[in-house]
Amino acid sequence: MKNLLKLFLSAATLAFSPFAAAALHVFACEPEWGALAQELGGDRVSIYVATSALQDPHRIQAKPSLLAQARRADLVVCTGAELEIGWLPLVLRQSGNNAVQPGRPGYFEAANYVTKLEVPTRLDRAEGDVHAAGNPHIQTDPRNIGRVAIALAQRLAEIDPSGATSYQQRQQDFTKRWDAAVERWTKQAAPLRGVPVVVQHKGFPYLENWLGLREIASLEPKPGVEPTSAHLTAVLEQLQRQPARMILRAAYSDDRSSEWLAGRARIPALALPFTVGGNDKAGDLFSLFDDTVQQLLGALK
Amino acid sequence: MKFFRKFFAMTALALALPGAALAASPDTEPVKSTDPQRLRSIEERVEQLESRPVTPTTAAGANSFNPEISLILSGLYTNLSQDPANYRITGFPVPSGVEIGPGQRGFSLAESELGIYANIDPYFYGGLNYAMHPDDTASVEEAFIQTTALSSGVTVKAGRFFSGIGYLNVQHAHVWDFVDAPLAYQAFLGTQFGDDALQVKWLAPTELFLEFGAELGRGRPYPGSDRDKNGSGAGALFAHAGGDIGASHSWRAGLSVLETAPRNRALSETNLAGAAVTDSFSGDSRLWIADFVWKYAPNGNPARTNFKLQAEYLHRHEDGQLTYDTTGVANTAAYDARQSGWYVQGIYQFMPRWRAGLRTEQLDHGTVDYSSNNARLPRSGFNPTRNSVMVDFNPSEFSRIRLQFARDDSRQSVTDNQAFIQYQMSLGAHGAHQY
Repeated sequence: MKNLLKLFLSAATLAFSPFAAAALHVFACEPEWGALAQELGGDRVSIYVATSALQDPHRIQAKPSLLAQARRADLVVCTGAELEIGWLPLVLRQSGNNAVQPGRPGYFEAANYVTKLEVPTRLDRAEGDVHAAGNPHIQTDPRNIGRVAIALAQRLAEIDPSGATSYQQRQQDFTKRWDAAVERWTKQAAPLRGVPVVVQHKGFPYLENWLGLREIASLEPKPGVEPTSAHLTAVLEQLQRQPARMILRAAYSDDRSSEWLAGRARIPALALPFTVGGNDKAGDLFSLFDDTVQQLLGALK
Repeated sequence: MKFFRKFFAMTALALALPGAALAASPDTEPVKSTDPQRLRSIEERVEQLESRPVTPTTAAGANSFNPEISLILSGLYTNLSQDPANYRITGFPVPSGVEIGPGQRGFSLAESELGIYANIDPYFYGGLNYAMHPDDTASVEEAFIQTTALSSGVTVKAGRFFSGIGYLNVQHAHVWDFVDAPLAYQAFLGTQFGDDALQVKWLAPTELFLEFGAELGRGRPYPGSDRDKNGSGAGALFAHAGGDIGASHSWRAGLSVLETAPRNRALSETNLAGAAVTDSFSGDSRLWIADFVWKYAPNGNPARTNFKLQAEYLHRHEDGQLTYDTTGVANTAAYDARQSGWYVQGIYQFMPRWRAGLRTEQLDHGTVDYSSNNARLPRSGFNPTRNSVMVDFNPSEFSRIRLQFARDDSRQSVTDNQAFIQYQMSLGAHGAHQY
């Protein structure tokens, strides 16, 4: 069925624009960039999303299927900032596809186009799994997605010049809708400013920065280190002195430690979608933030 | 940049002041108050506009211009019920320099590895893996260059590297799921086959992962032997297929063949009279390997629980001339041997940080014909077996502590009960691992 649809789409592209090449194969490392590339590329692109919202983006393996897809890609769109360091370099090296190697136009790192937070001043693994380039979870601030959209549309046009006008138009249309949506979310989320929260993994600094949430503790003793019962107890004690309003975790995170803490601290634990597909409601970029903001506001009640 | 930031902030302040109500920018509404929230929103807008440049803010690349350096540290405590000096795999003699068996008893350093890897230029990637052994010797485990600028799925690799045959062969010791390599790898490959060679790989443009590779090499390590000649002493072909089944399952299967042409390869054996002799083999050695691995992780997320099943079957055919007792009788006669072995292992991560694994394996003595030397050398009817169980604890992805027990029946009518405690830590840049 999917293949039929693809066939139909490519046939339609060929029929309506005699100069169009076959669809541009985009290999998106994370669902948010797949969704964004789809918004900007429309029918001109065929998207493969390498990971899902239910996978811990730090723990992806260089599976055979990823190699096969990287081999066929015209453009690789990833977060960068070392998020994919555990699998992507190997996949690209073994892909035998020079078009998508780092440094080539076919390799796009979204994190290069936003201001990164939590850039460590001290690089020491005793601090856990820290990323030298800063925190890579940039997609939790919709303004970052708006910035990446402009750069990605330019890149698409560079790789597929015959579609330049289409990418530009789609980007302008997307930016217009997106900016309006960001304004709406920002307005809706105004009551969240200054609200103290606990996070499971340090995955939300951009969200916090956007909405003015105040992170007072994290369940992982160090980034990338599983919560331990001793650390959870310490966080619970801290919450008795310094209460938080909610606990945030990403859809892929194990729920047990946050539920444990939620039950004892009597505050809600939220499983935020984190990226497109993180829950049934977060089907695209817009609904991703609709749901995120709704969940956060819901937890204030 | 900093100057502009200040400039913008000051402009924003000026705009926010009642006196500056006539804003310069047409899309800025006249400001009515010094309300701090309004100030903040203006500041945010300025910041948003300011950080909209579409030029990259940082340069890509690991460690700027420095190569990625990683160090693997590993140590062992070993308890064996049999003396490892007598270790051998009955019916599967190997040259004396080839390291097989469980190693030393007591505390020992296991293999430490220093790896230095980087992109050389836009066309090549390369690196060195230097292994430091507990006996104060060191060896070049890998030192290779690899193309990154070829298209159409082609990759060329040259230098010293672990051959692409089988599943386990390309993996460095620190990613093995058990302390030691399977018996079949020890008996047929001297643990791992890493040659000075040239490799060409081609990845098919299909949705199913299909990879084909060919290697030509010197054939220096066992099962080959170093030769002084032009041309190659070893050749390998391999094909791998793989893919996903749903979101939770992935698999890979492969078939490989390695051909070497050893000349005067010395083999330490025990003759029918029970005396140790050194034989020498010249001829052709052909090793077939069929491998399969299947991984399961709920929704593809291995963080909490995951399972991995791995199996390989190795079959070797050697024929040529064998010289019995090179320093004594020195009788040369035809030699033809067909032998095989397999292992199956399963690794289950039952909770975050903790994994448990089982491995069972057997070698099949097969048929060995020494022709006129049949009267001097034993032809074993014994199939070596070993069963291992392990549990490991991984405080982080960079550290691992493992406990392993094995019942090793490699030697005929001798059972070795083995216990190992091992740590494996990796510091520095931690490169991506193979599937």
